[in-house]
Amino acid sequence: MATILHVGTRKGLFTLKQNRSGWTIDRVDFLGDPVTMLMEDHCDNSLYACLTLGHFGTKLHRTVDGGEKWHELTVPVYPQGAVLAARSFDESSPPPTKPANRAEIWSLEAAGDDKPDCLWAGTIPGGLFRSENRGESWELNGPLWDREERMEWFGGGKDDPGIHSICVDPQDSQHVTLGISCGGIWETTDGGDSWALLGEGLRADYMPPDMTHKLSIQDAHRLTQCEVNPTVMWVQHHNGIFHSTDGSKSYREITEAGPSTFGFAVCVHPGDEKTAWFVPAVKDQCRVPVDGKRVVTRTRDGGESFETLSSGLPQENCYDIVFRHGLDIDQSGAQLAMGSSTGGLWISDNGGDHWDGTSNLLPQIYVVRFSRCQDATDG
Amino acid sequence: MPHIEFTSQLSQHLECSIGAIEATTLREAFDVVFERNPKVRSYLLDDQGAVRKHVAVFINNQLLHQRNNLEIALPPDAEIYVMQALSGG
Repeated sequence: MATILHVGTRKGLFTLKQNRSGWTIDRVDFLGDPVTMLMEDHCDNSLYACLTLGHFGTKLHRTVDGGEKWHELTVPVYPQGAVLAARSFDESSPPPTKPANRAEIWSLEAAGDDKPDCLWAGTIPGGLFRSENRGESWELNGPLWDREERMEWFGGGKDDPGIHSICVDPQDSQHVTLGISCGGIWETTDGGDSWALLGEGLRADYMPPDMTHKLSIQDAHRLTQCEVNPTVMWVQHHNGIFHSTDGSKSYREITEAGPSTFGFAVCVHPGDEKTAWFVPAVKDQCRVPVDGKRVVTRTRDGGESFETLSSGLPQENCYDIVFRHGLDIDQSGAQLAMGSSTGGLWISDNGGDHWDGTSNLLPQIYVVRFSRCQDATDG
Repeated sequence: MPHIEFTSQLSQHLECSIGAIEATTLREAFDVVFERNPKVRSYLLDDQGAVRKHVAVFINNQLLHQRNNLEIALPPDAEIYVMQALSGG
């Protein structure tokens, strides 16, 4: 199991290590700065940290020595003249536009074991970028950016649309599936040269009735893919939980899952496609835990039934939520970490049966990521 | 010759030299700064080349209102201050 956990927060990057007395904070980097996305590339054991500075914009840093030294990299930049649809009541066609400026790197993933220097970055307002040199330079993926359906995308929570989930097929790195809020599920099977819009069965109650099933406006909050069986994908959607067994071509809605099907985060067991975890909240209009109780829901039969897990979690007066990148699972599938909007951090070593509260004093948590590296100091 | 200074908050993130600068427009002044340290560009300007929403530029105590117009002429004695807008929590 993992012995190192990285936690990106509104006020810095906290690295925790597991020792005999439990999980403790081992180091703090970028103290005071919002660290909104993290990615460990196990091809070279490097750690990437995305900062979203309120005044000075998005920054990207990499360390190859566990944080002793950080190297600031180039960030993806939208080309001159790039635009996105501006929200407007103007019925004109084509729709009014506004300049595209990178607001946030919302997702960052290694492009596959057979492409050790390559990265994918998903951004707000909706551009997918690729680096062939570990983040030293970036190029906007034109085939996706140029799709006419992109002008139908819009922001959900954030001002503009964004790519929050990048699933690189562990068996075929040319096959990548994206989750976009609010822009649906997109797939390439040729490394990004062409894209298809997927997701039959997803449902958007926030749209007029005739547009409920329109694929290009679906608000997937988070998309995950099973490592051992990449055709199985789980979506925590704005309108509930959806399950696919055909690589996102079609989805089945799961209408019963413990106290609620609303939420942001989802994890799937890397070795068991039928096991997945969710962190429910009441509903769209009331984004707090049901009855003030933090729980995690788990299915082990592909969504046929759910358990509600609460051991070790606060069961009264709990009003924080877990955002889409605030839940992670380690390689073994037994260890889970969960970070909340008010800095609560819980870790489970047994698949969620019991959780240990590690801290309730951290800043707002954006992202938790287990490291595959083993702690060299661990005795 | 115009003179440029930056908020000390910027030096928390990267080196940004201050002092006299040979320029007749704000764009020329920024270009000199970016030539000295190319990384400064993304801290001050957005992807489309406009001054960032939360960065405030003062020229002789006058706030620059048109964020996408860097062609503004600089008087020879221009004092340029690049500050951060007050926001956050």
